Amino acid sequence: MNRIDATFARQRAAGRTVLIPYVTAGDPSLAATDEILDALTRSGADIIELGVPFSDPMADGPVIQRASERALAQHVGLRDVLGLVARFRVRNPAMPIVLMGYANPVEAMGTTAFADRAREAGVDGVIIVDYPPEEAADFAVLLSARDIAPIFLIAPTTPAERMARIAELGSGYVYYVSLKGVTGAGHLDTDAVAAKLHEIRKHVALPVGVGFGIRDAASAQAIARHADAVVIGSRIIVEIETGAPADAAVRAGAWLATIRRALDTMSSKRADPVARAPTAGPGRFPT
Amino acid sequence: MQMAEPARGRELPDERGHFGPYGGVFVAETLIGALDELTAQYAHFREDPEFVAEFAYELEHYVGRPSPVYHAERWSRELGGAQIWLKREDLNHTGAHKINNCMGQALLARRLGKRRVIAETGAGQHGVATATVAARFGMECVVYMGSEDIRRQAQNVFRMNLLGARVVPVESGSKTLKDALNEAMRDWVTNVDTTFYIIGTVAGPHPYPMMVRDFQSVIGRECLTQMPKSAGRQPDYVIACVGGGSNAMGIFHPYIAYADVKLVGVEAAGEGIATGHHAASLCAGRPGVLHGNRTYLLQDADGQIIETHSVSAGLDYPGVGPEHAWLKDSGRAQYVAITDDEALAAFHACCRIEGIIPALESSHALAYATRLAPTLPREGILLVNLSGRGDKDMATVAERDAAGKAAP
Repeated sequence: MNRIDATFARQRAAGRTVLIPYVTAGDPSLAATDEILDALTRSGADIIELGVPFSDPMADGPVIQRASERALAQHVGLRDVLGLVARFRVRNPAMPIVLMGYANPVEAMGTTAFADRAREAGVDGVIIVDYPPEEAADFAVLLSARDIAPIFLIAPTTPAERMARIAELGSGYVYYVSLKGVTGAGHLDTDAVAAKLHEIRKHVALPVGVGFGIRDAASAQAIARHADAVVIGSRIIVEIETGAPADAAVRAGAWLATIRRALDTMSSKRADPVARAPTAGPGRFPT
Repeated sequence: MQMAEPARGRELPDERGHFGPYGGVFVAETLIGALDELTAQYAHFREDPEFVAEFAYELEHYVGRPSPVYHAERWSRELGGAQIWLKREDLNHTGAHKINNCMGQALLARRLGKRRVIAETGAGQHGVATATVAARFGMECVVYMGSEDIRRQAQNVFRMNLLGARVVPVESGSKTLKDALNEAMRDWVTNVDTTFYIIGTVAGPHPYPMMVRDFQSVIGRECLTQMPKSAGRQPDYVIACVGGGSNAMGIFHPYIAYADVKLVGVEAAGEGIATGHHAASLCAGRPGVLHGNRTYLLQDADGQIIETHSVSAGLDYPGVGPEHAWLKDSGRAQYVAITDDEALAAFHACCRIEGIIPALESSHALAYATRLAPTLPREGILLVNLSGRGDKDMATVAERDAAGKAAP
């Protein structure tokens, strides 16, 4: 069983929300990312999304753009990111790692070569932001054949019939983009997310992770009431870039730990998947 | 020698926007719905007689079409070879071909009920054309422009402001056209319900490359009827500069089926291809994915997009429209590159000999024509798309001349 599937099964059985931090590889340096991965692991991450730096990150807001630019200033490329995963895998055989990035670095390496090397490095899933299912059928097969999950996005604008198609091609989980906008945007509407998740679950059997716009314990808890996993990126990168680079891992880990605690103190959330439907006061964080 | 009106044998792209391996829809999921809607609506309106008639009316009465073809007689005589003809897109309202496409997309935006339009711009010509049609139809207009380009093209920024548009400086990446495009995409993904994105060239996700081509094809269609009347026959060569490639696609596309007409796209070689400081994606790049489509890109070994250089801001782009990539691979069109210095020499020659101040972008096409003409017999005909006028380039040319880099 793929490490991602095992993680969701285990956490679901325990009634816990899967916590997925995102960091950009090479920000502020490759060596720092080694430490950050370990710190996130210690602080309660269940899966880690590792961003592949790209010169033109069109779907990202200013925070992740800056992270990408800091990594690129040190010429961190896809080969380095795979090396980072391989090193991590030696230290940690259990933590699922999902690469997230844009199509061009993968195509520059060659999709087959990338899939082979990702497998060797110990990558568990891949999200390519600008590969919608229509353009990614062959790529998804390459990954699946190597037991790597092709993970696709669902957006507020995705119609129902597309959701089913996305679920068919993808595995691991689907990533619900919680708002119309870029990563780190500030206009998360929890009620709308709850309603959409209800719809998604009619068409998608895979676990649903929600990201874009989650920035603190309250928003994480509000989303966790309805989602299988909470994805947090920009807010962690703010921790990484604010202060001395040498302590970036400590800051990132300490911040993530507060989110882990907030999620774990929620009243036993979900013995029954039906309870996840937005029936009881969706989106209200109890005071 | 010329065949009659050719059969419709050029049904590209396919329904998902592919020109062979190029084109397609490579965008984040949030935009798929809007692109699907645009594709469906455009498919409807391109066949709608009312829409087609309104577009034709605006092109005639507001843009000032048809633009003439002009025989550059003195220049041809001086070069001593083939006859050079100029398609005078510089005479359009706002001074370039860009307005053709903006008019088409603005009419479509109105049909879709969108009251806000956004655009990216490099040299500022597409921004000015977008601001112009937005003013014409009373729409809100936001133009994204790299802060480096804002510095280089202050006059066009002022023009956009006069026309009521808001120009937003883009500080990310290389602070030029590609970054402005990234930022426009980010705006669009955030405001997709209310906003129409007027892309300025034959790139981006489907249906943009096809739609912009269709709107710009008025250039080539006019030439098809003008050249036999004025020059006695169709040209031997059609030559146009290529940045993203919209003016070239506009004049090439109607000629694709005329197998005897050679098509030549002229890219910016900047300081020379060998120096690495250029913007010649087709001549020196390799295929990849950027800005919603697969095409030739200037990129490093890691697949990062590299910064480009050209004296002309409008050619300073690391990608190129996917249909050009297809025309290159299929051999139907040929792509060459012209340096900054060669373009400036042609710029000065066109001013002095023909009394026409061409845009630096178009000067690349002129430079290739002046190289090619002397190698051909006097009865040969070269048709060059003079895609814009050079008023916007005064500061750049003055700076280069003062630095002693340009021809006299």
